[in-house]
Amino acid sequence: MYTILKKEVLNPTVTKMVIDAPFVAKRAKAGQFIILRVDEQGERIPLTIADSDASTGSVTIIFQIVGKTTMLLNELNEGDSLHDFVGPLGKPSEIEANEKVCVIGGGVGCAIAYPTAKAFHKAGADVTTIAGFRNKDLVILEEDFKEVSDAYYLMSDDGSAGEKGLVTNKLEELILNGEKFDRVIAIGPVIMMKFVCLTTKKYNIPTIVSMNPIMIDGTGMCGGCRLKVDGKMQFACVDGPDFDGHLVDFDEAMSRNMAYRDFELHEREATCNLLKREVQ
Amino acid sequence: MPNMSLKKVAMPVQDPEVRCHNFEEVTTGYTEEMAIEEANRCLHCKHRPCVNGCPVNVNIPDFIEQVKEGNFEEAYNIISVTSSLPAVCGRVCPQESQCEKYCVRGIKGEPVGIGRLERFVADWHREHASKKVEKPEPNGHKVAVVGAGPAGLTCAGDLAKKGYDVTVFEALHVAGGVLMYGIPQFRLPKEIVQKEIDTLKDLGVKIITNFVVGRTDTIDALQEEGFEAIFIGSGAGLPNFMNLEGENLKGVYSANEFLTRINLMKAYKEDSPTPIQHPKKCVVVGGGNVAMDAARSAKRLGAEVHIVYRRSLEELPARKEEVEHAMEEGIIFDLLCNPVKVLGDDSGWINGMECIRMELGEPDASGRRRPVEIPGSEFVIDCDCMIMSIGTSPNPLIRSTTEGLEVNRKGCLIVDEAGKTSRDTIYAGGDAVTGAATVISAMGAGKKAAASIDELLSK
Repeated sequence: MYTILKKEVLNPTVTKMVIDAPFVAKRAKAGQFIILRVDEQGERIPLTIADSDASTGSVTIIFQIVGKTTMLLNELNEGDSLHDFVGPLGKPSEIEANEKVCVIGGGVGCAIAYPTAKAFHKAGADVTTIAGFRNKDLVILEEDFKEVSDAYYLMSDDGSAGEKGLVTNKLEELILNGEKFDRVIAIGPVIMMKFVCLTTKKYNIPTIVSMNPIMIDGTGMCGGCRLKVDGKMQFACVDGPDFDGHLVDFDEAMSRNMAYRDFELHEREATCNLLKREVQ
Repeated sequence: MPNMSLKKVAMPVQDPEVRCHNFEEVTTGYTEEMAIEEANRCLHCKHRPCVNGCPVNVNIPDFIEQVKEGNFEEAYNIISVTSSLPAVCGRVCPQESQCEKYCVRGIKGEPVGIGRLERFVADWHREHASKKVEKPEPNGHKVAVVGAGPAGLTCAGDLAKKGYDVTVFEALHVAGGVLMYGIPQFRLPKEIVQKEIDTLKDLGVKIITNFVVGRTDTIDALQEEGFEAIFIGSGAGLPNFMNLEGENLKGVYSANEFLTRINLMKAYKEDSPTPIQHPKKCVVVGGGNVAMDAARSAKRLGAEVHIVYRRSLEELPARKEEVEHAMEEGIIFDLLCNPVKVLGDDSGWINGMECIRMELGEPDASGRRRPVEIPGSEFVIDCDCMIMSIGTSPNPLIRSTTEGLEVNRKGCLIVDEAGKTSRDTIYAGGDAVTGAATVISAMGAGKKAAASIDELLSK
């Protein structure tokens, strides 16, 4: 069992938890993920490692409450435990010390972008961060990012936080103003990563994306997470989750992520009702 | 007087019309009377050819002799000297090509139902015996086993019986490997596998789940932590695809994904939080046991199911019994055809599969007649689900994170006669060495490696 050491509400739909998982903490690196099961009957869901500390054996996860399992996870409190927690999985991100990088996070993707920005910063790279959210209530990790970024830009769709606009607007503005990025790292909704890649392609800037397909085992045994990259089949859980964004078939990835939408909506509804009844 | 009937005592089964709607075990097992009657068909021959046909050399005539006398617990004790998972083997071994192939009674008539009797004995023990196994005296040596499938569990069980301190590292959240995620409930109830694993724990075997060797920690780190020998039984879990156009459409599964969702995650149950598609018409590509399992599982979810296989009925690699069960359950066999393209609709879902008809040409290196495409014979099968069951390869995770482990061009670990890899004190066996094979051959390899490790460490 994996005890929840700390729980913190970052915004109405995003929660941070620190989990006691010494085996995972020992080797976890930026870009890697874990798979957890909340209880004995639970499904396996992947979440990126937002932070880890080998000395205390703890691993931080940040999740958005989007459906049944994340709702049930959010019902747990400090001192409760998770049934299963396995990792670190996937390949670590490649961190270059002598580069000028632009890390772009979209929504809860910022939780995944943060450890990457931190790792680049620690290695000595020049880090620009662009964080995008729908509105000011959803902003997370602003202070954490500022600590590890040489420049930090906050964007919101409605202008209620930072500047109004999309992350791609800011990225293009910076490029046109003469910023020379060696590499862009985009992490967030697939549609956002797709548009970041369309932007950087124009300027020929190498771009890494962190893909988030449906996963079951996370160890390469099922191919549920397969993607087309440069026309070839890749398994995101073992070959990724980081890929060259200019080679990823994003439309196919978006389509595959919708495979169980009806089931998921139904489960979400049922769980909402169940939790409501418990409150009453 | 021996029972000279030419046929085995019939195995009670669920009616096909009933069972194709549920996931309960198809064969329900012998009663005590049936077991004794079948045991009486054994002639207890002196040269015991059946024993040599068993990869773990179960002392078959002796345990059957005890069944004849109604001493079922004694029969169990005889089996468990050599076999760690008898309730599993009795169910899933291809006895027709192992022990029963050599049975003298099989020369004229059917061989003795050795598998059925082994299963009966193991089931009887599980239901009646109250005595827990006793932990052997520790001998002070530590061994690590990577992977809790049939090879790893057998190796661990054999070493634990000799007093070794054995820790098994398993990547998934439960132990059992293919016995848990691959072979369906209707062939091998998971409660039975769990019970056999619990017996190993009572012997002192420690099992750490959620531990991915190669990621959570490496082989070298395990050695540094004081494991004097390591057995790698990580299997061949990497699914093969055909690189067809449209293979990434929604509704196209590897058999591993489909079966993992069903067996390990219980997606067939209504209240399961793990989803699975309930197809209307499903095509399974391949002809092995895994293809049969996937097809019969899809049938139980309510689909019309077709098996598409490029050779003919005779070459089907699946066990005869499984093919018969599948046919009884209404699985349709589209033989001598092969997929060439997966077709989809505007929303990215599969809606058909283009196939080409095949004919059999000259025998190839494997001795099987090679299937050859008939030009211009393309046709489309409408379907909303396709399950690729064309084999698996060893997962590269361990070999890519361990220096000096030699593999062949298929990625299988290379071992010597003793089961030792190219590195001292590291042994391997099962599908990680052979590529996808059978449960019992994996158990045989686990057994052999356990003996080699014992020889190494008891010097």
